[in-house]
Amino acid sequence: MPQSLSGQTLARTNDFVVKFANVNGSGSASANLLFARSILRMGVPVVTRNIFPSNIQGLPTWYEVRVTEKGWRGARGGVDLMVAMNPQTWDKDVKSIEPGGYLFYDSTKPMPPSKFRDDITVIGVPLTGMCNAAYTDARQRQLFKNIIYVGALAALLDMDADAIERLIGEQFKGKDKLIRPNIEALHMGRDYALENFACPIGLKVRKSDGVGDRIFVDGNNAAALGCVYGGATVAAWYPITPSSSLAEAFQRHCARYRNEPETGKRRHAIIQAEDELASIGIVIGAAWNGARAFTTTSGPGISLMQEFLGLAYFAEIPAVLFDVQRGGPSTGMPTRTQQSDLLACAYASHGDTKHVLLLPEDPREAFEMAADAFDLADRLQTPIFVMLDLDIGMNEWLCRPFAWDDRRRMDRGKVMTAAELEAGRDFGRYLDVDGDGIPYRTYPGTHPTRGSYFTRGTTRDRYARYSEEGPVYVDNMERLARKFETAKRLVPAPVERMAAEPTNAGLLYFGSTGAAMDEALETLAERGIHLDTLRLRAFPFADAVDDFVRRHEVVFVVEQNANAQMRTLLVTECGIDPARLISIRHYDGTPITARFIAGAVAAAIPGTNVVPLRKAVP
Amino acid sequence: MTYLAKPRFHHPKLPTNALGYTRRDYEGAVSTLCAGCGHDSISAAIIQACFELDLPPHRIAKLSGIGCSSKTPTYFLGASHGFNSVHGRMPSVLTGANLANRELVYLGVSGDGDSASIGLGQFAHSIRRGVNMLYIVENNGVYGLTKGQFSATADRGSTSKRGVANHDQPIDLVTMAIMLGASFVARSFSGDKAQLVPLIKAAIRHQGAAFIDCISPCVAFNNHPGSTKSFDFVRAHNEAVNRLDVMVEREPIVADYAPGEVVDVMQHDGTVLRLRKLDAQYHPTDKRAAVAYLQERDAAGEVVTGLLYVDPEATDLHANLDTVATPLNALDDAALVPGQAALDKVNASLR
Repeated sequence: MPQSLSGQTLARTNDFVVKFANVNGSGSASANLLFARSILRMGVPVVTRNIFPSNIQGLPTWYEVRVTEKGWRGARGGVDLMVAMNPQTWDKDVKSIEPGGYLFYDSTKPMPPSKFRDDITVIGVPLTGMCNAAYTDARQRQLFKNIIYVGALAALLDMDADAIERLIGEQFKGKDKLIRPNIEALHMGRDYALENFACPIGLKVRKSDGVGDRIFVDGNNAAALGCVYGGATVAAWYPITPSSSLAEAFQRHCARYRNEPETGKRRHAIIQAEDELASIGIVIGAAWNGARAFTTTSGPGISLMQEFLGLAYFAEIPAVLFDVQRGGPSTGMPTRTQQSDLLACAYASHGDTKHVLLLPEDPREAFEMAADAFDLADRLQTPIFVMLDLDIGMNEWLCRPFAWDDRRRMDRGKVMTAAELEAGRDFGRYLDVDGDGIPYRTYPGTHPTRGSYFTRGTTRDRYARYSEEGPVYVDNMERLARKFETAKRLVPAPVERMAAEPTNAGLLYFGSTGAAMDEALETLAERGIHLDTLRLRAFPFADAVDDFVRRHEVVFVVEQNANAQMRTLLVTECGIDPARLISIRHYDGTPITARFIAGAVAAAIPGTNVVPLRKAVP
Repeated sequence: MTYLAKPRFHHPKLPTNALGYTRRDYEGAVSTLCAGCGHDSISAAIIQACFELDLPPHRIAKLSGIGCSSKTPTYFLGASHGFNSVHGRMPSVLTGANLANRELVYLGVSGDGDSASIGLGQFAHSIRRGVNMLYIVENNGVYGLTKGQFSATADRGSTSKRGVANHDQPIDLVTMAIMLGASFVARSFSGDKAQLVPLIKAAIRHQGAAFIDCISPCVAFNNHPGSTKSFDFVRAHNEAVNRLDVMVEREPIVADYAPGEVVDVMQHDGTVLRLRKLDAQYHPTDKRAAVAYLQERDAAGEVVTGLLYVDPEATDLHANLDTVATPLNALDDAALVPGQAALDKVNASLR
């Protein structure tokens, strides 16, 4: 093994970053996932991120695995071991390796020395040559190449070979013919590494108990499961990255859990609509008629749905939308992550509208909030947006296992029944009987002579009769404002955490930023910068948000968009002095990192009244 | 206030149907459309058809888009839930409503602007999905509420009220509907109630996507000599291919027609459509022949009306999706929520 000429080699156990550089469409994804899951099986937490192009075959794709015994949830930045399988990105990939790091590559074709660095350790395995010798079929040569490198890495990193073999067995359960050849390929790589290199290298995986009962799952899958548990029966969607896998996962979950046992018939209806307008139209029609319905989309779809969203808001029809946010505006960065649809969703459609947003921080919370969204939509009779992003939606995250209280029942909100109508209860579709701004509704077909009404986007009076009278309009708008106040008390509350030391500085964050936040706060605390934090979980903001800002002299608002949309929302909705909110924005399409947050906060501190504790102590 | 409630009292001797309802029980609010509007005749035909079919009014859902035609659901079936959605998007809302509860009758009311212009996409896709509905377009070739602009069904060369000739090709919704897979397609004329009422009845009883294109002259903007959607023009060029009688199961079938003049088509639900052929060559179950005939007569300047195509073996969206018999909106927690035990297994598979 050509050692680093500088004599410097990284030596780290259970704390390093491996990055795979592949060509998309080459079948590398499942091998890379196998690698990550094998480490999890050894009890060592990992953070994985898939960086992929908007393309089917031939363009560069990367898969990053951060091995972190401490259980940090975010990306670290930097690469300790690069598995360079893509000649197109070779130079950039080699350059990205940390000094003293390792380069693993396919050495079948000799590379000129100028293509390497002298401060890294180079590990060449003739993967193509081995595959060409062992297999005749072109597809096999390609697929098993990936498994061979997993086998070689397992030896180099001292991974548990049994754990990998067990995973292969589980993965191909039912397709037993595939198990043996995969295990043989694994051995081929492992044996080559053991024979040719001093194994293990400086980077090692050692068994630990850091994973516990946590699960490894992507947010779209989790949210889709949440829809099953939330009682959704109608889904309408139009394919768009990065949200398509949510609808597809819902279909899979329904096939498993949602067929009538006696007949095998479906207790769900999934429509792949002709566009996003039809998707939301179908959702609104179904929800109007008493089914729980949702759509899943991304920014461009939200733009297309605007008119319908105004209808659902104004006619007060429940709807659940998943916005798996990607880089905008326009087509933007379709395979990169951002939190840049906040304002487009919060104020979607023309006229005076306001919508409820839920802000899950990981797949587990995506599951919970997906289920909650259906209760909220029925209770508030309005669209509920679950704001995922590509990072949560399409990457596997290590998170708390799913849990469900079997005593829980769907909250269908205020629905007047045939018996209540029969008993002569007054029904006004837009009549605020309880003072919370939420009126009663009836499902179509409930009662022969009572409770029918006309749903429309035009103004109407409390009994749903068309009217363009000013006072009638104002009366309705005031009730909608009351309803939005009610929503504040029903949405998930923000989560506050006090710093270890008293501080006059706070930090607000939400969504996938949470993955990097713990590590960022620890880094900052080590530098003497202590911050109380509030993780926002919903819009409208609970009173606790306003209160948190007022209790701190300065408050950082960390978000993943360019225009500081959350800060705008806070200033507008809470009437906060903009000078008190310092914006920290990350929007290059990659997930925000702890290094970035800590660096940006530390850089902004001198311009504020926040005194780092260490300096304050005489 | 433009909502006018209709007085509820009526003559004590009004005839009742099998459910004990009078025709008045199928009416709605007073129409605010122009006096003489063809749309009001269609509303009257819908009322008559639902009364004669003995449908419980509250088990009908009426949905529409935006425009004069889309206002009409306020003027019939006052005991039904109605939904005046957004422009050109009634089909998707109706599709969703139908998915939620397969037991109601779905009546989609639209216009030529709503369906052929802004809503052409949704029209097409709801038809090709086979949503079980009656989709009726009240077709006058003109935008009424915005005062007389051409719609996409206006014929080439026909003129606006101000005398401007339309230079765009018209969209023929009937041919489109047949091509898109509608399993019941008819064209009618608001001025021919005798033809329209049975067509509406048959379409409602049809299990699948039923479409009726009903020419409905706009008295305010498109009833002048240069129009091809005027009362005079349609009366002069109307070529009915058949006359329809609809017989639900319990009615005795009385054969009083000469052989060869009558075709009986039995629909899935047992409804018999008895067609008195006015054109001996016309076979409404032959899709390709229907399209060819329509194009031929259209070229000759005729407006072909009647039941143009029917597939009595049609299946609807619910059959295609294989959904349960219970309406989806009636399923409870026990039927929908798998519980913690299932989650334990999911969790185990994700480790």
